[in-house]
Order: sequence, then structure tokens, then C-alpha cells
Amino acid sequence: VVATDRYLAEDALELIEVDYAPLAAIVDPLAALDKTQQTLHAGLGSNVASDRSFRYGDPGSAFAKAARRVSVSIRYPRNSCTPIETYGVIATYDPGEDAYDVLANFQGPFSLHPVMARALKVPGNRLRLRTPPDSGGSFGIKQGVFPYIVLMGVAARVAGRPVKWIEDRLEHLAASVSATNRVTTLEAAVDADGRVRALNYDQIDDVGAHIRAPEPATLYRMHGNLTGAYDVRNVAVRNRVVLTNKTPSGLNRGFGGPQMYYALERLMHQIAVELELDPIEVIRRNLVAAKAFPYRTASGALLDSGNYSHALDVALADGGFAELKKRRDAARAQGRIYGIGCTAVVEPSVSNMGYITTVLTADERRRAGAKNGAQATATVAFDPLGTVSVHVASMPQGQGHRTVLAQIVADAFGLAPNDIRVVTEIDTGRDAWSIASGNYSSRFAAAVGGAAHLAAMRLREKLARTASSQLNVQTAEVEFSGGRVHARGNPDNSVSFTRLAAASHWSPGLVADGDQALRETVFWTPPELTPPTEADEVNSSLCHGFIFDFCGVEIDRVTGAVRVDKYVTMHDCGRVLHPGMVAGQITGGFAHGIGAALYEEFAYSPDGAFLAGTFADYLLPTTTEVPAPVILHIETPSPFTPLGAKGVGEGNCMSTPVCLANAVADALGLAEIDLPMTPAKLAAHIHPAEHTRERS
Amino acid sequence: VKPARFDYLRAGTLAEAHAMLASEGEDARIIAGGQSLVPMLSMRMARPKVLIDIMHLPELAKIEADENTIRIGAGVRQVKLLAWPALLKRQPLLAAALPWVGHAQTRSRGTICGSVAHADPSAEIPLALLALDGTIHVSSQKNRRSIAAVDFFTGLMSTARNDDELIDAVQVPCRAPGHGYAFREFGRRHGDFAIVACAAVAHANGVRLAIGGVADRPTFRDYPDLTGGAIDDALNAFAWELDARDDLHATESFRRNLVRQLGRATIEEARRCRA
Repeated sequence: VVATDRYLAEDALELIEVDYAPLAAIVDPLAALDKTQQTLHAGLGSNVASDRSFRYGDPGSAFAKAARRVSVSIRYPRNSCTPIETYGVIATYDPGEDAYDVLANFQGPFSLHPVMARALKVPGNRLRLRTPPDSGGSFGIKQGVFPYIVLMGVAARVAGRPVKWIEDRLEHLAASVSATNRVTTLEAAVDADGRVRALNYDQIDDVGAHIRAPEPATLYRMHGNLTGAYDVRNVAVRNRVVLTNKTPSGLNRGFGGPQMYYALERLMHQIAVELELDPIEVIRRNLVAAKAFPYRTASGALLDSGNYSHALDVALADGGFAELKKRRDAARAQGRIYGIGCTAVVEPSVSNMGYITTVLTADERRRAGAKNGAQATATVAFDPLGTVSVHVASMPQGQGHRTVLAQIVADAFGLAPNDIRVVTEIDTGRDAWSIASGNYSSRFAAAVGGAAHLAAMRLREKLARTASSQLNVQTAEVEFSGGRVHARGNPDNSVSFTRLAAASHWSPGLVADGDQALRETVFWTPPELTPPTEADEVNSSLCHGFIFDFCGVEIDRVTGAVRVDKYVTMHDCGRVLHPGMVAGQITGGFAHGIGAALYEEFAYSPDGAFLAGTFADYLLPTTTEVPAPVILHIETPSPFTPLGAKGVGEGNCMSTPVCLANAVADALGLAEIDLPMTPAKLAAHIHPAEHTRERS
Repeated sequence: VKPARFDYLRAGTLAEAHAMLASEGEDARIIAGGQSLVPMLSMRMARPKVLIDIMHLPELAKIEADENTIRIGAGVRQVKLLAWPALLKRQPLLAAALPWVGHAQTRSRGTICGSVAHADPSAEIPLALLALDGTIHVSSQKNRRSIAAVDFFTGLMSTARNDDELIDAVQVPCRAPGHGYAFREFGRRHGDFAIVACAAVAHANGVRLAIGGVADRPTFRDYPDLTGGAIDDALNAFAWELDARDDLHATESFRRNLVRQLGRATIEEARRCRA
């Protein structure tokens, strides 16, 4: 309904009468495998949209020879990341040009631009998509505004007027983007000392009612990283994508990581339990060795850098692990319910735009044409007053683009961050962009920040050459600091930065042809991001941070409520560009992890009715429910990114839910526990059998 | 979500509010703090044609106390009662229950009587009123009457108030000598509606335990001075009688267990407070 205001539109909505002929609903992903059930899309023939099996190394003989087999079965629930600001779109249509101009808080990836242009049936150059300088949170969710961009474009064309749509919270919870729920069975072939020799994944990913682009990417984002932080050479995988009567899934902080690591790290914990080993030792024995980097995983990821066992040791020592074990002993001696969990995670960042094609067979990929890379763009420009602007095709959602980009560019020119103007609006009609543009897969620091650095350094090199002739020194002797460009060792032999930076505007004749310094746009894509191989190996992400978490939790004997007593999170995200921003990312990811672990679920009734349409039903942790984690760092810079930085935005969404689950499993002696770990669910393991009504 | 169309009337006097209610009848709703009603309007779960605002009537915005009772007018916001310096001394149960009502932000707008009128089965204020044998004073253009809390709450969000009546005030007894009071609650997060809330008043002859969040209305039992296993038996019976249901946040069995265990802890605390 399109109306002159929202009140009127909602009145009109009530006047529409729809006769529904209800069909049986498919809610459980396992029911979607059942061929006797209702088929949701007749053309598809079944509710299984994709069924692929992969084999790396020789898992068959590893399992045949294994001393022990340990397995876990997981049902990972549906949840989301619920940004404060919901979707917003303003669309106009110009009939003279047959062109659409849309302003939306879309976050990318801009690989969806061609999807939208195709849906609107116009060439790409007739869909001008603009994004605002800021967005009130996204966490992946604002990828999912794209179908609404198309719808509002159509509405504007039909109405002959610009159309605005702001999503309300009910619409957002019901129909924006959900993470996938997943049923996983994961089995390990294990030596008696806990060394894992092979993994066998069976993953059934529920993408909801329609496979909306870029799904089924949730299932393949982690494909190179199925072995996590561990050196396991034999892996078997069966991946099925199923359709159910749920909201279509899409990008969400962690994207595929929470689902995969919940299975893998519950398995590592369970290996320790079943083999009666220390969980820390099971992790340690399986970690990729420091000397092995760059390390190619069995399924094709190239782990760029790291020192996992060192990170583990530092975390245990500096995080006070021995003390935490004493706390557990003391609590248990008093009859309290206390457990410790730990988890090791490799956090991928800067997605390979080709990873999703792993869902195709090698033959299908050949026919479709190879896809790969991760083009990042940045433009640095001087204006006639010699001041500096930087533009990137990455939409900030609260990550501090201005702060970090100003610092990166200022560092290149010896200026103060406040001297740099950061421009973050994107306009596909004017700006440099590519399909990988946008803000997702934790690519800002590693890829976008790196591209800005490269653009600034190109201009700096040109300025240095021009300055060398003015200062009469070698180019290598030219230094930039304090707003001046000067000869090394002779600060008096200098020129002001602004005068030098303005030179190509006012007196290009004094600047050598190749050194005209006005504006530089860098397109940067890492050569390591190659297409999937014939053997289905894929380097799904460029950078791989490392996380080791441990925690202590206490469970209330009466209420079943989990209290996080202590949480330690060790990160190696390569070079830390801005400590405050990194701490913000870790703390925010941790809060989302607490939510997924203890509170949040997009619940559906058996008949498919959505039960979580308000924040009274879908519970978010507030500041009261989120304890402050202890954050630790080591730094092993990435050799593959311009600044050595890796992504750090999503890791705790992957590590924290399973770390807490391992602690709860330790506290209650459970072999299986699914999220969210609600008080009622845990109390069922604590409360004595209920007295019957008749007792009184 | 946006409300359906409604008219807004601001009453200048109580008589004017009564007249508005009399003429608009069941199409009208009183609005005070709006913390329950406005979300219901936005979701179109409530669709009154007229809202009558009573927050500009000075005579309703008063907390009046004498030796025996506290009378809280319909215009008194929750934050005002919570900040009333005499509250802890005069009525410790209200002082203990009020911090559990929503959040600081909602308490700064929401009223005591609004929560009573809304009659959510999980709400703390109706529960405390019931535990204290409080009274609800209602009036209309024609009539004025006082209803005991036990008779006022008649079911899920339904009360004994007639369509032409508004709540003027609620009244609770002051702390009595030799009485002990306790309040406990469990919710998923602080500030959420209670999964189980317990209010207990202990005195020389026994104890009253009131439970919210389980049945369709706050419900109490009076017990003589039970000890040991007899308390457990009594609470087990009470737990079953409340007819708990499963929902998104808890199972019926979990609720019954909390009635038994939190209920017992609340009774014990109230007894300790007598001493």
C-alpha cells in the first residue's frame, strides 16, 4: 500500500481482504528433507535446493583407523542482529530516462546492484543507488534492504511520484533478515590423546521460504575454514540447503561462523569429556603450528599468519585461567553449579566474492565463468587549498570509518587526523565502486583502510618527487611531518604541505607530467583470493584472525539463570589500527554472542506462525545483561593486507555462544545443549522431578 | 505500526473527565502515563475512538498518607512514589516491588493506577495491592465506589471497573507492627514482565503469599503459621492451582517450580523481616 502517510497506509491495509487457502507448513528443516511433505516451490520438485558432498584428504581411511569416534548433534536456532535503525528507502523513477534513483541505507555487497537492476529490468547504468553517510547499525542486516529497493522503485514508477518507506520494528523482526538455523551432525576421528585426524560434517541449512541472494552463502562462507584453528587434513562434508516457511535468511554478523563453530567447538569439548582429557590440551594438541603459516587448510583456505599456541599461553596466563579453576573448585565445594568453557576460533575476514560458487560443481563453475576477488576502492583528493579528502565505497554503520580513515590518511601525509575530511556517501552514478563494495565480512580495516592507505601513498610519492626538486634533495630524503614537507635532517629546508598539495591545481606547469597530484583512486584486490579449484578447494576469505576464549559461569539452582562470572577473550587481529575501535568491535560482538547464547530466538510455532514480532518476545541483552569481557591481544600482522590489519568485527559472534555453552555443559555435565540456553531449559536439568498435584 | 485514528480530550477537572466518559462510553479510554496503552494503540490492539487525558488534574496527582493508609492518586507516576521519602518506612512491600516495574524510563512516565487499570497478570503493582489487601477507588458521573483488590482483578487484563468509571486512586494500609514484607521476582531480564513474582506479608497468625505471572490474574493464599514440609505441600498445591501455561519464555513446569521455591524464599524473608 502506498499512501500519503503511514497512518493512512495502515488504514488501507486493513481494508484489503485476503482469502487464504492454508497449506501445511514446513517449519523443521528435517521435515524439509521428507519427500512426502508439501513441496513449497513446485518448480523445484522438493524442498532441498542444493545437496553437495565434498571430500578433502582421505577421511574414509582416517575414520577406519581412528582410535575413537566422537560426534555431536546440533540444532542452531534462528536469530538476528537487530540494528537500532531499521531499513529506509527513498525511490524515484524518471520516465524520460527510464532510470531509477534510490537512496537507501543498503550496506552492500554491491554485487546485489546487478541483481536489483535485473529485477527492475534496466541496464546497470539506469539504477543509480545512493547510500547515506551513516547508518544506525547493520551487522549485515542491511544487505537485506535490496528487495525493498526494487519494490519501492516499482512503486515509484507506478505512482509516478517519489516513494519513501521506513521499516517499522514489527516488519523488521518478521521480514528483514534472519540468520539461518542449521541442523549439524559432526563427527571426529580421534587419536587416544585427543588429536583429531578427520572431520565429517553433515550440515542442513534452513534459508527460509526463498533463496534470496547471496544465499546459500551462509553455508559456504566458512567452507575454507571447516577445520577452524586446527590442523586436520581429512574432511568430509555434506551440505544441504533446505526451504521452509520462514523469513528468508541473509547476512548477519558472523555469517555462517556461529553455526559452524557451535558444532566444531562443542565437538572439541566433547572429545575432552569422552577421552577424559583437559579441554585446553585437546585444543592445544590440534592447533595449527606457528611455523606452518601461511597454512593451506584441507578445504582450501590460506591462513595468512598467526601464532595460535602462543596466543593460548598468553590468554591462560594473563587472563587468570588457574585462578578461574580455583573459583570453580571453591564454588562446587559449596554446592554451587559452576562450569568453565573454552573455545578456539579462526575469524575469517575480507570475503572472496567467488566462495559462493563452491555450491556449484566444477563443471557448472566452468560454464558460468570464474568468480573471485574482493575489489576495495578508495579515492584520496587534494582541493585547491591543499586540503585532503578521502572517499571509500564502504558504508559506515558505527565502526568509526571517519576516525580510522582520517588516521590512516593523516599518517601518510604527516598531518593531523582532524585535517582529513572523510566522505562516506556512496553514489553508484559517480563514485568508484565494484561488486565487493560495501561494509560486510569485516573488510573495512583490512581491505578498505588498506586501499585508502595505498591511494594516499600514491599521492605522497608524487608529492615527494615534486618536493625533491623544490628542496633540492633526493626523493628518498623527503619527509612529511607536522604539516610540512622537509628534507631529512634539515627541517628548515621545507615547504608547507598545503602549498605542495595545491600545486597541481594552481601551477601544473611546475609539476612533472607523471607527478600531477590531484586525485588518486585505488582499486585493490588481493591475488590470494582465487576462484574455487577443480577439487572444490576455496580460499573463502583473505584474512584469518585468531580468537581463544575462556569463561566461568554459574547457574542459579532455583531459577536456572546463567551468570557469566568471568569472560576472557584473546584476539590476534593482525595489526591493530585503532585500539578503541577494536575494543568496540569485540565488545559489541560479545554482546551479540551473549544474546545468541542466552536470550535471542526467532521462534515459530509448529504451524509456521512467527512468534517473535516484538522486543517483548525477541529478547535482546541490555547493558545490564552484558558483563565486561577481559580483552587481550597479540599481533601477528597479515602479510596479505596493505596495513597488516585483519578483520575483527565478527569473531565473538562465533566464539562466545559456544564458549558459554561449553561452560554450561561443564557445569551441568551435559553432552547436548542447544541455544538459547534459557532458564527454563537449564532448570529442567536442575530441578528435582516435579511433585504431582495429588501430593497435597 | 501506527495507531488507528482517535480523538484526544484533555480533562481540566475530575467532573469534566466524568462527563467525557459518560458521553463517550465504551469508545473512550483514560490515558495517564501511556506506558501500556500507547504500545497497544500502536499495534492497533486497542482502538478507542477517544482518549481522555487525566494527567492535568492536580487533585489526582497526590500521595496522601495518614497513620493507617496511603492513598495514591491516579496522576501519580511510579517514579514519584518510588522517590517519596516516607515510602520504605510506610509501606516496605511497595518500596520493594516498584524497582521491578519496567525500567527507569517507563517508570518516569507510567502511573501507579495505570498499571492497576491495565491489569497485566504479570504486573507488580496489582500483585502488591492484592498482597496488602489494598483498595481501588473508582468514580463516575453518577457514582463513587471502593473495590477491594481481591474483587477488582477479574481476569486477563480485565477488572471490575465499569466503562463509565475511572480510577481516582488506590489505597494500601501502612506497614503494621509485627508484620514482615518481602517481594521476589524472576524474569528473563531485569525490567521484563515477571515469569513468576511473589509478594509475601507475614504476621503473628500466619502469612499471605501472592503470586503474579502465572495465573490470569494475581492470586493469593493465606496460610496459618506453617512449618517444614507443610509449607512445601501448601506451595505445591498452590503451584498447581494457578494453572500455569507454557509460553515463549518459560514452561508450565518451570513456573510451578519457581512458585514452590521462590514462594518459599519470599515467605521466609517476610518472616525474617517481622523480627
